[in-house]
Amino acid sequence: MTNSPFRFRDRIVPQIIPVVVGGALLFGLPQLLDLFTLLQVTLYAIMAILALSLGFIWGYGGILCLGQSAFFGLGAYAYAIAAINIGESTIPFALALLLPAALAAAFGYFMFYGRISGVYVGVMTLTLALILFNVVNSTAGPEYHIGKAPIGGYNGLPNVPGLNLPFDPQAQLDPVATYYLSGGLLLAVFFGLKWLLSTRFGRVVVAIRENERRVEFIGFDARLHKLAAFTIGGALAGLAGCLFCVWGNYTSPVIFSMIQSAQVIIWVMVGGVGTLLGPVLGAVALSWLTAEVGMQQLFDANLLFGAVLVVFVLFVPRGLLPMLTERVWIRLARSPPRAPLSHSVTASGGSA
Amino acid sequence: MAYATVVGIEIVYAIATLVLVSLGLAIVFGMMRVINLAHGEFLVMGGYSATIAFHHGVNFWIAIIFVPPVAVGLIGLVIERTIIRFLYGRMWETMLACWGLSLFLVGLMTMIFGGDTEGVPMRVPGIRIGAYQTSGYELFVIAFSMLLVGAVWVLLRLTRLGLLARATMQNTAMAEALGTNTDSVYALTFALGAGLAGLAGGIIAPLSGIVPTSGGSYIGQAFITVLGGGASALTGVTSASLLFGVVGQIATFASNAVLGSVALLAAAVILIRVLPDGITGRYFQGNL
Repeated sequence: MTNSPFRFRDRIVPQIIPVVVGGALLFGLPQLLDLFTLLQVTLYAIMAILALSLGFIWGYGGILCLGQSAFFGLGAYAYAIAAINIGESTIPFALALLLPAALAAAFGYFMFYGRISGVYVGVMTLTLALILFNVVNSTAGPEYHIGKAPIGGYNGLPNVPGLNLPFDPQAQLDPVATYYLSGGLLLAVFFGLKWLLSTRFGRVVVAIRENERRVEFIGFDARLHKLAAFTIGGALAGLAGCLFCVWGNYTSPVIFSMIQSAQVIIWVMVGGVGTLLGPVLGAVALSWLTAEVGMQQLFDANLLFGAVLVVFVLFVPRGLLPMLTERVWIRLARSPPRAPLSHSVTASGGSA
Repeated sequence: MAYATVVGIEIVYAIATLVLVSLGLAIVFGMMRVINLAHGEFLVMGGYSATIAFHHGVNFWIAIIFVPPVAVGLIGLVIERTIIRFLYGRMWETMLACWGLSLFLVGLMTMIFGGDTEGVPMRVPGIRIGAYQTSGYELFVIAFSMLLVGAVWVLLRLTRLGLLARATMQNTAMAEALGTNTDSVYALTFALGAGLAGLAGGIIAPLSGIVPTSGGSYIGQAFITVLGGGASALTGVTSASLLFGVVGQIATFASNAVLGSVALLAAAVILIRVLPDGITGRYFQGNL
């Protein structure tokens, strides 16, 4: 019955619409926007990848990582230092994924195989990011360098080479090409995660979020699945960090900072925990808002973000997207709302 | 000999600061299971209140010992009544709300005090040991931390309020059935934890300058210590501070302060792998 209209409406259309919309946005925006705005959009796409990295491990894996900026920052620094040393971007790009993944795997091993529970994972990862921030921040002197690249400490690392076509240092990507790369990678990550979640691995990860003990009774190794999901999240955050570094040709310890980690949490929380589209929309909307808030001097950015986080935890704990889609379903309402994939991760993971 | 004494004092001092910085968090987390990520900001607010009091002509000792716990305790009370009390028993939500609160407070303090470093000038002379000079204030911090742990023990173990608090945290429904006003016990316990954090901030103020963002440098240490300590608030914090203080301070002597904090994290990660429930999850069980 694969070609029945029912199947088409319910199964195929929801698959096609995001592809069409994503593709249209990717190729349409450069025609509509001037270069400056396109640069901003590139940044939003990069931040959306970062948000997806957390949206995946938190919303689907139930692993609340409060220090996602550790992997984001490591990706940026790995790319910057390797690119300055090598003068070519192919290997640095790979390193920017592999090193954060390796850090996530190592740190995750201690956490998940130590069987520390949800909230402690949050605290440990937060501490990791804090300490990375302190370490990198304190390496300002010329004695701290890796190969040709000074680490730069709180001054950061300026003049990071941009991306080039693989193994061809002459073929540098211009801003428009960087936009296509970032936007394309965002789509790839989005649909890649969507696919991953439909596989057996993805389903086990979601099942662990719902009830870890029951999954283990059935015979799956929850620790290994969580470790794998956490490592994928680390690699994706590293990818975002690498692109971020390329975008500004610059990196500084600020990207390890608490406000950076907090922003990612807020994007995911506001957009919708347990969805993939929510983190993307949250990242884009709030990055745009941050740029606007940055212009005015009335309120401190920390103050606003803190207030947003408190308000959402108290009043909209599941995020805007699940809430709005549920409203729309009720409004359309011949059919009851389809249960969203996550019934508030926060509540189900509550008993720690 | 003199050198060994100085090194010994430094190590004991590192332990004492860890105890001091973590004690308020241990009460709030260990007893109430509230992951207070705004703990660092409570410390900073304590520091600011000490600074303000001192610059308004309040005596040095009153400004650092009495003003901060009262001020921050009151702020804690307000926060508990407006935010935290809706979230008891929901650890994830509490943690995130506290983090939002932390950012909010950083932003608020930046708007009020600006980004400049403030501080209380030191009023305690140094002490000579052989050919070396050590800070008299560090000795005060060591003595004060010991006294404070003793005082909190007495409060929780020997007073009626402590008994009510422990009963409420152990079994809220039963305590309520026996006529305890558990709502106000929760509020008071949170205020106590906040007040202790403020006190720590006040004591530390003369040693290190305060900026609105300095909470971040304490929160990591405090949480590592409390998690490493495990379920029992006082025993846990003291034993974990002993372990981490020695490890961190030796690494600091061998290299520098930053690598000292890395060693501290490494020790904590390994400890969590070996003893997932912290030190008091396996040893000294049933202590306070």
